[in-house]
Amino acid sequence: MSDIAKNPDRSFVRTENIPEAPPPISTAGVAGWMRANLFSSPANTALTLLTFYLLYLVVPPLFEWAFIDSLLEGESNKDCRGIEGACWVLIPKRFGQYIYGFYPEPERWRVNLTFILFCLNLLPVLSDRVPGRTFAALFLVFGFPIVAFVLLHGAFGLESVPTHKWGGLTLTLVFASVAILFSLPIGVLLALGRRSEMPVIRTICIAFIELWRSVPLITVLFMASFMLPLFTPEGVNANELLRALIGFIMFASAYMAEVVRGGLQALPKGQTEAAMALGLNYWKSMQLIILPQALKIVIPGIVNTFIALFKDTALVSIIGLFDLLLVARSAVTDPKWLGLEHESYIFAALIYFIFCFSMSRYSLWLERKLDTGHRN
Amino acid sequence: MKKHLFTVVCAFAAVAVIASAVFAASPTLETVKKRGNLICGVNTGLTGFSAPDDKGVWRGFDVDYCRGISAAIFGNPDKVTYKPLTGKTRFPALQSGEIDVLSRNTTWTFKRDVNLGFEFVGVLYYDGQGFIARKSLGVKSAKELGGASICIQTGTTTELNLADFFRSNKMKFKSVVVEDAAEARQNYAANRCDAYTTDRSGLAAQRSVPKNPADHVILPEIISKEPLGPVVRHGDNVWGDIARWVRNALIVAEELGITSKNVDAMKKSSNPEIKRMLGQEGDFGSMLGLPKDWAYNVIKGVGNYSEIYERHIGPKTAVGLARGYNQLWTKGGILYSPPFR
Repeated sequence: MSDIAKNPDRSFVRTENIPEAPPPISTAGVAGWMRANLFSSPANTALTLLTFYLLYLVVPPLFEWAFIDSLLEGESNKDCRGIEGACWVLIPKRFGQYIYGFYPEPERWRVNLTFILFCLNLLPVLSDRVPGRTFAALFLVFGFPIVAFVLLHGAFGLESVPTHKWGGLTLTLVFASVAILFSLPIGVLLALGRRSEMPVIRTICIAFIELWRSVPLITVLFMASFMLPLFTPEGVNANELLRALIGFIMFASAYMAEVVRGGLQALPKGQTEAAMALGLNYWKSMQLIILPQALKIVIPGIVNTFIALFKDTALVSIIGLFDLLLVARSAVTDPKWLGLEHESYIFAALIYFIFCFSMSRYSLWLERKLDTGHRN
Repeated sequence: MKKHLFTVVCAFAAVAVIASAVFAASPTLETVKKRGNLICGVNTGLTGFSAPDDKGVWRGFDVDYCRGISAAIFGNPDKVTYKPLTGKTRFPALQSGEIDVLSRNTTWTFKRDVNLGFEFVGVLYYDGQGFIARKSLGVKSAKELGGASICIQTGTTTELNLADFFRSNKMKFKSVVVEDAAEARQNYAANRCDAYTTDRSGLAAQRSVPKNPADHVILPEIISKEPLGPVVRHGDNVWGDIARWVRNALIVAEELGITSKNVDAMKKSSNPEIKRMLGQEGDFGSMLGLPKDWAYNVIKGVGNYSEIYERHIGPKTAVGLARGYNQLWTKGGILYSPPFR
């Protein structure tokens, strides 16, 4: 005041910014987040309270059931008498069977090794931080199945473990990974074939896709498993697991083909024309221009199909292949473990969840990474 | 094209038929011997009858019958590959030759025996549909169940039997339809039905489930006949004979007091039937295409009928079934076998 009074022609100009004040307490931190996300309107507040109440009703008893009142060590279901919570006793006793089925114990390292090699092989395919993607992808489809077969089934001096001894998570993973690995390339070829201008190829592809899509998977498995041997002379039976696997791959490929076709159709015709204008031939234009874009668009669809496939493997239990689900079911028919259905099924569900959820998270990550402006 | 395919299939079928006709006594036995093991169809999991144990070894009443056949053929009860089958897949599996013998708690009925082209080689276990009810209900007989709600598995013959039973006794009931045994158990445990009906062997397993088994009572009535037994395909009678006489050997062994423990001593017995059976006299084995001491191997390997029964479903096991009908005919049951003569 006095300054201005002394120099009336000097205007008031601030030379530095006012330091940023913290946001009002009601919009910052935990309180702010809660206010914005949980209590933003009376209706939302009511819903939030209701949800919390429901969680309160469900979670503590569930937690108590699963962890506090539960029993982890025991010899048989007799130990469960008087236990109010979960009786997990059969899980540690049968863990090996859940994971490996009837695979002989001294040979189980082979399953582990196959799994580790599979993961190592998968790493460069899934992430671009590891080099060698093309080679790894080719090896995964053409080389790895042979390695896995030698390791799991046995050859070159490894003791032979016939496929009827495979089971549990091992069998589920064999089914899921083989179906996933083969269905994608076959599905891409089928999708291209269906859009081909060559009538014979187009007709064959359409017939194949429509045929496999119009029969239920159970029927396919049933046919492969029991009807096929009726038509072949005795002693010429192909391996049962292989028959079911081929049926499974055919079925999966047909679905995959339609997912991929969706991506191909979403691309404007200009892309193909531009590729042709550049002088690229059909395969080059597909490989460099069309498929990379088309596949990127349908990542959610592809992963959706993968997850569905993974869960569909549970259907092989109806043809008596001892997958994870059947192991879980038969475990509780052992006189020792009678009546522990909840525990056995929950354990199996947990394993399924871990695998399906990881696939789903990976696909989200991949979508974000490849995002080049298509997302709205 | 279609016609060609059909011709090819027919030709294959014809070749298969001719090939099987020119083989020696039993083509199935030849196949089994060449393969080195018996493929036996069993239940994917039925308490006491067939279930894998913690080590992954199949155990149970039906399983031991398979082991018996294996012992008869190979002298070793463990040369069996088990093929777990569901109710739906068991018959196609047998028809298509995927399995050599079906030992999976299968009820012997007219249609299965005649229409499906199978041969039931005998009854291994006489089952029947019964009821389990809560003790607090105060019911002593199934005839007092009028107005009760009853848990029942859908799509089984038990559903029909139940309706018939209540109609013929002029009673009403409320059915609580469930999908499988585990679900029935849950419903019954949660008080959604007063009683639960299925085969009595299943009821016993139900009652042995941990929480207070003494609160439940199995009612005395049996409302249907469920003779369970092993099955083979039509068309290989010698193989059928092998399966039949393995079953008979188990029963006759109990009758004659031969057990897995005393079978060696019994070889010196002077009883002519024991001598014939254990291969000391006559040559019953070669008539079946089996070794002379086949029945000795069966009993040595798996024991007699009573031993198998007590091991898996008898009163001392978790299933806890009394012998009942499945007692020898000499002891008040209906278990009977033709003699070894």
